[in-house]
Amino acid sequence: MPRRAAPYTTQHVVHFLFRRLAFALLLVIAVSSSALLLTRLAPGDLTTELGARARPEDVARARERFDLNRSPLSQLGGWAVRAARFDFGDSFLYDRPVGGLIRRAAGNTAVLAVAALAVATLLGIPLGIVTGSRRGALAAAIRGVSLVCLSIPPLLTSLLLVFVASRTGWLPAGGMTSVTAIDAGWSAWMLDVARHLPLPALALALPLAATFERLQSQAMTETIHQPFIVAALARGVTWRTLLIDHAWRASLRSMCAIYGLAIGALLSGSFVVEYVTAWPGLGRLMYEALRARDIYLVAGCAAMGGVFLAFGSVVADLLLFAADPRVREGQTT
Amino acid sequence: MKTAGRALLIAIVFVAVAAPWLAPNPPDRQFDTYLYAPPTSLHGTYFYPLRIVSRLERRFEEVRDRPVRVEWLRGHLVSSADDREPLLLLGADSYGRDIFARLLYGSRASLGLAALATLVTMILGAAVGGIAGYAGGAVDEILSRFADFVLVLPAIYVVLALRAVMPLVLPPGQVFVLLVGIFALVGWPVVARGVRGIIASEREREYVTAGRAAGAGPLRLLAVHLMPAARGYLLTQATLLLPAFILAEATLSYVGLGFPDSVPTWGTMLSNASNVALVGEAPWMLAPAAAIFLVVLAVNLVVQGSGRPPLVR
Repeated sequence: MPRRAAPYTTQHVVHFLFRRLAFALLLVIAVSSSALLLTRLAPGDLTTELGARARPEDVARARERFDLNRSPLSQLGGWAVRAARFDFGDSFLYDRPVGGLIRRAAGNTAVLAVAALAVATLLGIPLGIVTGSRRGALAAAIRGVSLVCLSIPPLLTSLLLVFVASRTGWLPAGGMTSVTAIDAGWSAWMLDVARHLPLPALALALPLAATFERLQSQAMTETIHQPFIVAALARGVTWRTLLIDHAWRASLRSMCAIYGLAIGALLSGSFVVEYVTAWPGLGRLMYEALRARDIYLVAGCAAMGGVFLAFGSVVADLLLFAADPRVREGQTT
Repeated sequence: MKTAGRALLIAIVFVAVAAPWLAPNPPDRQFDTYLYAPPTSLHGTYFYPLRIVSRLERRFEEVRDRPVRVEWLRGHLVSSADDREPLLLLGADSYGRDIFARLLYGSRASLGLAALATLVTMILGAAVGGIAGYAGGAVDEILSRFADFVLVLPAIYVVLALRAVMPLVLPPGQVFVLLVGIFALVGWPVVARGVRGIIASEREREYVTAGRAAGAGPLRLLAVHLMPAARGYLLTQATLLLPAFILAEATLSYVGLGFPDSVPTWGTMLSNASNVALVGEAPWMLAPAAAIFLVVLAVNLVVQGSGRPPLVR
């Protein structure tokens, strides 16, 4: 009898987490450094925001404050040293520390991304299981709707939903909070955000749900044709148990890889959605920072984006680890 | 499904090519009395011109006692016989320009840009991937790592960053070239990675050894003998990249970093239509959204039909 491969020990897990953390750090450093250098080396700088009639001493002061008189590499070095102490510099556009701005914007984007991911998962995965495991009119109809949703990218879904919202008035057509809710207290504010959240979250979630549905469907179809499913049926396992406990769990492996990609897609999509629906998130902030050449804000936003990306890929790996015993037990197939 | 997708794509390309003939009016002609006009209802051989009832409320009414004759197949597919009263099949935008005409001409700009960007990306990606796959070793390692780094980044942010750090206001010709360059810079790793895998596995085949024995140099081996193996992959990638680039141009123009408003592209038209209060009353201004949707749908139909994974964007 072939010897079973030894299961993963704690040491394996520690090594794995260490490697992923190193990768995350490298990614954040690379992304933020490139963003900083790109903003620095590009034509024009943040002093153009001061206007053509700014006083020379104001321009000089701004240049000095944002280290524009140092060489790009020396500026990068200085920023990196301070960033290691979590001091990300100041924003020229907002005239306050970058760290606070990034924290709030990243929180808003995270709320949006989590909501969209939850909706996409709850919609896409079950529908994918349905279409992947049976034929017939229902499956064909779901497939058709899915194909249509797949073809409406976040730019179009957000425009469409804003149009519907402004026509029907069911939901607020943009922003994260209404003007009236500012002084109203914590629970009223939460309710207000909850009313503003569905529009951008749906705009992000619909194409993603369609992608999940398509991929789950394909993974399901492949799994269902494997011999162990036929064996289980012959043993008398009920259809529902077969579907969930046997077929779906086996199909999870390819889905978990997609979750890592989904984080990237969420970040990409969230920029457009945030812009169209005026959701005050990281994408919007980065866009404004780029336009104004606000160099430390750009670097901070890029670093945060890198953190999101690395986090997403670690989560995907952990999901795979938890879901698939074959990975846990160290087998290669 | 695949044939439906192909037919749709061919129809869209036909529309782009035949735009000047299909459009009743030139795309930049401003009809001052027709700002935000609704679509004209065409009654076969005539239509009623519109008169402003309230400029503030943007309300129009039909002038029923003066029908204007419609000409079919005279210079254009369909056009108004009276030069001052235009046939606005999809209404007019905030400057009084014919939305239908701008949509058709916009298809030229958007599709042309995306097609050229796809071509450049293919060439660049195939070149880098081919070199990496053929050379192997350190060259392969460095190029692959670099490609992986670019791939992990969300594409729209890289495009946005690269565009935003260029001068913000540029003439349309320069914007066109700049966008093609940026899209190619962001798109090449996708192509390169696949080509590298194909070339790396083909490299060990006998016909390569035979060619080398016959005296072919590495460049000839790569370009003439090895690259055709990647043909199918390149075709699939091109089909997937085209709508991605159309969307990227639309997004950039929508946020104001693409073409200026005077150039009709689907992105600038969406930007024009982005006034929320207005859009609720004038849904025809979202016509470019339908156009983009049709292109993406056509590509997805073609790709789905062959059982490949769908567009993950």
